[in-house]
Order: sequence, then structure tokens, then C-alpha cells
Amino acid sequence: MFRIFDRIRRTGKLTEPLPDADAEAEAVELEEACQREIARKFGHSLAIRMVDAGSCNGCELEMHAVNNSFYDIERFGIHFVASPRHADLLLVTGVVSKHMEEALKRTYAATPSPKLVVAMGDCAGCGGEFGKSYASCGPVSAVLPVDAVIPGCPPAPLQLLRGLLDLLQRV
Amino acid sequence: MSRVQTVDVTAGRVAELVGRLAEADLAETLDPLPGLKARLRVAAGNWGQIADIAARQGLRWSAVWGDHRPPQILIRSLLFGCDGHLLLETAVDQALPELTSQVGAYIAADRPERALQDMFGVRFIDHPDRRRWLRHQGWAEGDYPLRVDFPVAGRRSGATPPDCNYPFPAVAGEGVYEIPVGPVHAGIIEPGHFRFQAVGETILRMEEHLGYVHKGIEKIAVGRDLSGLARLACRVSGDSAVAHGWAACQAAERALQVEVPPRAQALRAILAERERIANHLGDIGAICNDVGFAFAQVQMTRLREQVQRQNQVLFGHRLLFDRVVPGGAAVDLNAGQIVAMAEELRRLQTDVEELLPLLLEYPSLQDRLRGNGILPPDQAWRIGVTGYIGRASNLQDDLRRDAPYAPYDRLRVEVPAYLEGDVAKRVRVRGEEVLIAIGLIEQLLADLPDGALRVDCPAPRGEVEGIGLVEGWRGETVAYVRLSAEGRVLRYFPRDPSWLSWPALEVLLADVIVPDFPVNNKSVNGSYSGHDL
Ligand code: SF4
Repeated sequence: MFRIFDRIRRTGKLTEPLPDADAEAEAVELEEACQREIARKFGHSLAIRMVDAGSCNGCELEMHAVNNSFYDIERFGIHFVASPRHADLLLVTGVVSKHMEEALKRTYAATPSPKLVVAMGDCAGCGGEFGKSYASCGPVSAVLPVDAVIPGCPPAPLQLLRGLLDLLQRV
Repeated sequence: MSRVQTVDVTAGRVAELVGRLAEADLAETLDPLPGLKARLRVAAGNWGQIADIAARQGLRWSAVWGDHRPPQILIRSLLFGCDGHLLLETAVDQALPELTSQVGAYIAADRPERALQDMFGVRFIDHPDRRRWLRHQGWAEGDYPLRVDFPVAGRRSGATPPDCNYPFPAVAGEGVYEIPVGPVHAGIIEPGHFRFQAVGETILRMEEHLGYVHKGIEKIAVGRDLSGLARLACRVSGDSAVAHGWAACQAAERALQVEVPPRAQALRAILAERERIANHLGDIGAICNDVGFAFAQVQMTRLREQVQRQNQVLFGHRLLFDRVVPGGAAVDLNAGQIVAMAEELRRLQTDVEELLPLLLEYPSLQDRLRGNGILPPDQAWRIGVTGYIGRASNLQDDLRRDAPYAPYDRLRVEVPAYLEGDVAKRVRVRGEEVLIAIGLIEQLLADLPDGALRVDCPAPRGEVEGIGLVEGWRGETVAYVRLSAEGRVLRYFPRDPSWLSWPALEVLLADVIVPDFPVNNKSVNGSYSGHDL
């Protein structure tokens, strides 16, 4: 037990301000803006339900990463929820495989309005490497109305955060 | 740290089997493809019987795939013995594509054969399970997407209905109930359906229904050039980008008889070991988190993130996508970067050596992991599961050691193995593999060959084919590639190790309690994408 406490103490706090190559000030501003938007528009908390509609699982790995100590997305009031019924936003990855088409639509239907849909990654955004085929409907926009696209293959955690913040400022 | 090192590799020898089959006049010996020990052509009617003999001989089953070459469909299966890989092949007529099944000898062949039935219309006449596997409602029964005349755009328009009527076997009995889970799960995870049949909180039986993320990878590979193939291969399963990218490139390079420069081989191995380290770290944390031990999750994801950041700095991609390219590697390391990586690894090693014993000895954590989700060694062998799942159940095949390809042929690869086959041992194996991988990278960095990073892959002027065999972090990763005279892909088949780990999950869940499903699932961590293709 003591070894665990000791390790925790030595690790210290890792969470970083949103780094920005150009301007630190802008990053801090973005962070504050984000918290402000979530406070104002989502009652201090934005609930995300993720749906993998046909990804390679690369996007999921980076979605996990935004929860690690460095990014700690929860500090903005953003958290991932288990049910679409608790969600404000669907974060969809991958092309929409034909076999996931109906499941994605039902997940959308189960999400209470008003709701946002974000296509994460090139597959979800434009079809990416898999595109449209006998097995794939192509990008998410082929199946659902999409409010924002976050490009990248996969988008790095910061790109994901930035994409979400951009959307929050728009809505 | 103690490492059990029995030399109990898959027992059978390919050479002996080949001799016996030739003697009995059951097989015709063909030129082995590069990287294989032997290749045999057998009659379609003997397909199952040959597998029986191979199983008795102690060979491990690895893969089966089809290749439509009108008017025939060529069926191939890959087996592994302690002296290398054996490729079996047989041809069936596309008008009446029937052969016997290998399921009797190898249960692992069950779903791959059903997938062949869905994708090629091949019928395994004595297969015990007639149900479809990869096909849901995306294409019509009687349409076979991997036949060459099936259009890549498909023949159906309009919305695809859900696959509600997949026939799960019913169980009866007092107090038995079913829990359907998925395809959309509660966490940040890929989609698939699990059907639990339980009594109280004990799982009697769990059956998977996969195929939800089938996105036509094998079909859309056709016609691509080699770079396009490598990009697609990296995305077969994003967590195994290096493993699949390397396997596909190795297959193509062997087909084209291209020698990859030694520096590129070493760099590929560095990438592959970094992929192994990152995935093991992340999963160890996630496994502990699934039993409520957040400390491990925080620490391990911290280490994983640091590895990913270093990947970005040194190689330009956090998950190492597209760094293995046909003919070589799209990365290099200068003297300063070598020093930087060596320092990074020393720090990582110190951290892991401190944290791992903490986890492995922490009583309330081990209480939840020990004896949980046991895959007995004989079952592991029957399924032929590779990687950390196999090693935790004493099936310790590792291609880096047992069928080494460059640069592992000049390295000593340690392979941890245990008998217990529970979650605790799967965690331990993965922790030890992290340390072993660090050691391998250090050896590679200390002695990085000079020279080119990449060579050209000229068009072959005739059809060629090759097989790539790489030990990914999940286990044995296979790729088959056939190229046209112009160097375009005619057939690409990737076999992710998950084809073997998903059946293992079903077996090891018997008698596990429902609330322990997540920790068991994570300890196995099959790829949905790599399986569904
Ligand atoms: S965008 Fe890239 S990482 Fe994301 S699912 Fe598609 S291929 Fe995978």
C-alpha cells in the first residue's frame, strides 16, 4: 500500500494545459472557452456516447487517450457515457459498415434531442481508406446528419479536443 | 522476475508429416513458397482427413483462406510445426465447390470455414455448423463477395436491415436466462454481439456473433498497388498497424523476391516492438481498471501515452501507421534519436520494473485475477491460440524465436510461458513481454546496420504470390498476397490472431461470473476489425 502511495506522490500531476504551438494564451483561452460553453449550453456537462460504426479501432485508441492523465477530458465537463439515452453527442468512428447501419440509426434514435453528431477520423468524415463498397455505406454523413468532422487517421487527442471545442463554440 | 522456460513448442514436425503423407500417396509435394517449410496439394475429399493426421502429428492450425481463380476456387490452409509452416492446398470447382471440413481435427477452423462459405460459396460438407458467419444482411444469400464476378459496389441498394434472426442455440432449464449484449457496447470499444446464457450470476455459455465491422477489406484490396496495399494492411486492425503492415509487405516482398535492406528490417522490428509495448501497457492498465484498480490504469496509461508521444516525435505517427512500406521502412533514426530512444527505454524499464511487481503482488488485485477465466493448456492447444493468451496457457509458440524472420534471426527472443491460463498469468505474460521488447529494441539500437531504408519493388512480369508471417503483439499474424504481372493486388488475405482468440474467450468464460466478463474480455482483447475484415 505504501509503495502505491509513494508512487502516486512521485508521479505528481500530469495534466497539461492545452498546448498550442502558436500561442499558449490561445490555448488557455480555448480551455476556458470550452468550460464556459459547456457550462452555458450543456448544464456544465457534455455527455458523449461513442459508436464505432466500422472503424479499424485506431480512432478508439485515441479516444481512450483523451481520458488519460495528460488530457483528462473530464476536467472540461466532458464524459463518456454508457447509453445513448444519457448522451448529448454521438462521437462516431469508422465508415458505416452495412452491418452497423441499423445499429447506428437506432443509437441515434435513442439519443434525446437536441443532439449532436461528430464524425471522428477520416473514415467517418469522408470514407478514408475503406470508402464505399458492398460492405460499407461510406462516411457517417451517408447515414446521419453530421454536425462536425474531425479529420485525421486517427485524429491525435489534441485534434479531437480541438474539434470538439470548435463545435461547442459554434452551436 | 521468474520466467518459466520450458521448451514445449508445438510438438509436431512438418517434415515428418510431409514424409508420411507422401508415403501414403495422400499428397503431392509442391515448391514451398518463400518463408514456408513445405507445401502440399491434396484432394478436396481428403481435406479433413489430412487435418486429422496433422493434428495427431501435433501440428498447430493457423489459417484457411480461399482464392477464386475461375473456374476454380483454391482453398489453402496453414499449419505450424516446430520446424516451420506447412501450406496445404486444394482446388474445388466453382460450380460445385465442395470439400470436407477440418473442424473435426481443429475447432479453430470452425468460423474461418463458415466465413469461406459466406464469401466464396464453398461448402464444407461435414461441417457441424451450417450457420453463416461474416454475412449478416449486407448482401444476399447466394451472393459471394470474394468471387471475382461479384462487383465491389455490391448488388443491393437501400438501407441494410439488422440481422435480428441469427440462430443462437437455445438453452433450457430452470433459472437459465439469456443476456444479449451489443453490437453497441457500453464502453469505448468496437461493436460485436455477445449472447450470455447464465444461471444466477454464473455464465453457462457465451456465444459471440461478430461481423458487424465487416467493411470489405479483402475485396477493396483488389487492384491496389503495393503502397495502397500497405496502407490498407495498416488499417486491418489499427492497434496492429505495424504487424499487419509488415506481414503484407513481407508477403509482397517474398513474392517479388525483393531483399529488404538490413537497416529497414531492424527499424521494422523496432516499430513492431514499440507497438507491442504500447498495447501491453494500455491493456494491463485497462484489465486492472475492470476490477476497479484505478491506480494501475492511471500509471499504465501514463506510460502508454509517453510511448505514443515518443512515436510521434521520432516517427511522425502516434500509432505508427504507414511507417512500414513496401521494400523497407518510411522512418529512420539518427545518432541523436538513437540516444533519445535508449534513454526513453531506460526510464520506461525502471517504471515497469517498479510497477509490475506492485500489481503482481497486490493481494486485492490478484484476488480478482487469479483463477479467473482459465484457459487450460490442452484447450489452448486445440484452439491454436497464439500470443499472450497461448503463452499464459503454456502454448508458447513465438515466430520471432521459432520461425525467425529478419532481424529476429540474429536476436535471442525470450518467451514467457505459464501453466495456469488465468487472467493473472495473461497480465504477467504481457508485463514480461514489455520488458523483453525493451531489451530487443536496445539490442537493435546498439547495432543498427547502415545502408538503405528502402528498395524498389519492380513489377513481376508474371503472376506471383507470397506469404508474410509476423509475430504481432497479439500473436501470429499472417498475410497472403497474390500480385498480377503489373504488380497489382489480385488477392490479399490478412489473418489476425483474433480469429483464434475469440473462440478462446468463449471457452475460458465457462463458469466465470457475468460481472467478470469485462476483465476477461480485456485480458484476451480480440480485435473486432481484424476479425471482421
Ligand atoms: S480514420 Fe484511420 S484510425 Fe480512424 S478508423 Fe479510419 S482508418 Fe482507423
